[in-house]
Amino acid sequence: MKKMDNTTRYERLRERYRNGDLDRRSFLGLIGAAGLAYGVQTPFAKYAMAQDVQQVRFDGWGGVVSEAFREHAFDPYTAETGIEVVDGTFSGGDEYLAQVRASQPGEFNIAHLSGVFDYARYHNFDLTTALNLDNIPNVELVIARLMEPYRAITPDALSAVPYDYGTTGLAYNRKYISDEEMREKGASILIDEAYKDKIGGWSDWRTRIWYGALQTGQDPNNIEDMEEVWDAIRQHRDLALKYWGSGAELMSLLAEEEIYVTEGWSGRIAALQEEGHDIGYYDPPNSFGWQECLFVIKGSPVEACEELLNFMLAPETSIAVAEGQNYPPALDGTKVDLGDKIPTLPAYDPSGTLESLTFADPEYWNGNEAEWSKTFGRVQRGY
Amino acid sequence: MSVEAREARQPWILLSPALTAVGLLLFVPLMFIVVYSFWLRSAAGADQVGFFLDNWQEALSDAFYRDILLNTLKIAGITTIVCALMGYPSAYFIARSKGNKPVLLLLLMLPFWISYIIRTMSWINILGVSGALNSLLMTIGIINEPIQMLYNETTVILGLVHFLLPFMILNVFVSLDGIDTNLESAANSLGATKWQSFLQVTLPLSLPGLAAGGLLCFVLGAGTYITPMVLGGPRDAMFANLVYEAIITQLNWPLGSALSLMLLVVLGALVMLYNRYLGMAQLMKGLG
Repeated sequence: MKKMDNTTRYERLRERYRNGDLDRRSFLGLIGAAGLAYGVQTPFAKYAMAQDVQQVRFDGWGGVVSEAFREHAFDPYTAETGIEVVDGTFSGGDEYLAQVRASQPGEFNIAHLSGVFDYARYHNFDLTTALNLDNIPNVELVIARLMEPYRAITPDALSAVPYDYGTTGLAYNRKYISDEEMREKGASILIDEAYKDKIGGWSDWRTRIWYGALQTGQDPNNIEDMEEVWDAIRQHRDLALKYWGSGAELMSLLAEEEIYVTEGWSGRIAALQEEGHDIGYYDPPNSFGWQECLFVIKGSPVEACEELLNFMLAPETSIAVAEGQNYPPALDGTKVDLGDKIPTLPAYDPSGTLESLTFADPEYWNGNEAEWSKTFGRVQRGY
Repeated sequence: MSVEAREARQPWILLSPALTAVGLLLFVPLMFIVVYSFWLRSAAGADQVGFFLDNWQEALSDAFYRDILLNTLKIAGITTIVCALMGYPSAYFIARSKGNKPVLLLLLMLPFWISYIIRTMSWINILGVSGALNSLLMTIGIINEPIQMLYNETTVILGLVHFLLPFMILNVFVSLDGIDTNLESAANSLGATKWQSFLQVTLPLSLPGLAAGGLLCFVLGAGTYITPMVLGGPRDAMFANLVYEAIITQLNWPLGSALSLMLLVVLGALVMLYNRYLGMAQLMKGLG
């Protein structure tokens, strides 16, 4: 039997009313019910009409990065396409993922996410989409090695493009700790009794375990004695004054000399150095390398997002953002002239191969996430 | 429709906007949390829908959660006592002040105009190594080296007292302001000293306000997680921090739901006890 469409259904209804088969109250009641049903489903129907895109939402870390995006990518994009970019900010990837999970599809579109962990996590939560890289020609300028981890997770199509990279190395106040001492002690300086109550650390469980592995002489991507790592974390916990939770807090603790040594994000330490603070930065062997990406979330208007990603990957935008946030862009320095400042940034790799950096194996780390993040919560509290 | 029936319906009609708001914004989300608490987080990260008691079993039997809960109640208790000791004299002073009462009440409200997080963070500038207090002590020669005052349980309690003290003062003030001052004069005329009239007349009559303020301070203090995050050291955590970590860091919404309900039940039981013996009317006066 042929399925009746709505127009035919309404025409038949009207005909029955005109013929006197249906009283006026029933006719109006049925029309009202149809209107109500349309009203209820409209908020959800808008996602199915994504072709008529009027705005795209972008979420990032705020500050100078957002300003650079606004000036070099969002406004030119709006001028060319007529599509408005609404930008929001978040203070942490975990908090943002919790928001995305609680949202309706299409509510969040593009996010500036941390590393490969998030890519894998979003994929596990079925939040990936399929980008057509032909619509993002600037992706050709990106360091090839940064694409590989994403391809390993979603071999058929990517849901993100790499955007920048950096390291979580050792930051130290040179008034109290010399460069020589730092090179000699490396990651073990974070469990040196001599600096009790002057040591800091990021409250992130991955970083704590990564550095616990370095302090116990293990490969962070293949830890064999986890108990030894937990003991190192306990040792660090007892010597640390404070676990910091944001880049601003990290910078404040170091600048105010509340702590003398901690792990730190390369870009934030570069910003402190720019401000004139005598803070050293050292990447010990197997220092924690990471990359950030521009991720398109499932349910977003893909073509509009692809066009925006291309604007954001354009060298003038990427370089401006990189100079603002002090992290090298994902662009290959052998293909693009990155200017004067970027080659001086910590963690910058001029070869375009990133051989000098150690990245976390997402499969290994995400596979242990549930157990390790929970155990860390207990170890942190004295267990 | 009869007049009686119409009158019986009227309160419900008037209450319906508030009941709708409470139902949609509090009761329905709470039911979601109850349902979530029986789900499980799978190894891949996604939630496993079903009826599992694992989260509840873990939350109720694990000594880790019990210890942090007890520590939270201890911190909230100390904070409440400090607020009472500091708040009562201030409320008494405001209630008995003559012409400048509105100005003092305005000053009491001033901190609410500033974000709670900003107020909490202000202690870093006061107690930090290069903060105001250390600088002052070093300038006047009392110390040679800055003292490490931040990032411990004491600073957490200090931050909570700073946050909760106005709630205590307001509740006690409302109670004191309602006491007829002639009662104190009568006690004095019958031979009681000022201290005796305070102890035997004013203090007993103001106890409901003190209890209401205490309840508010305790419940709000026990449910906070910002203060330990900003002013606490690596070990310092309250129960709400565990809920935050379960939901935000570990993305374990089912366990986080069970933990948040556990805290809700404990604090709810305290509110019920208060209501049983003192009634909610006094609390409403303080909040009003």
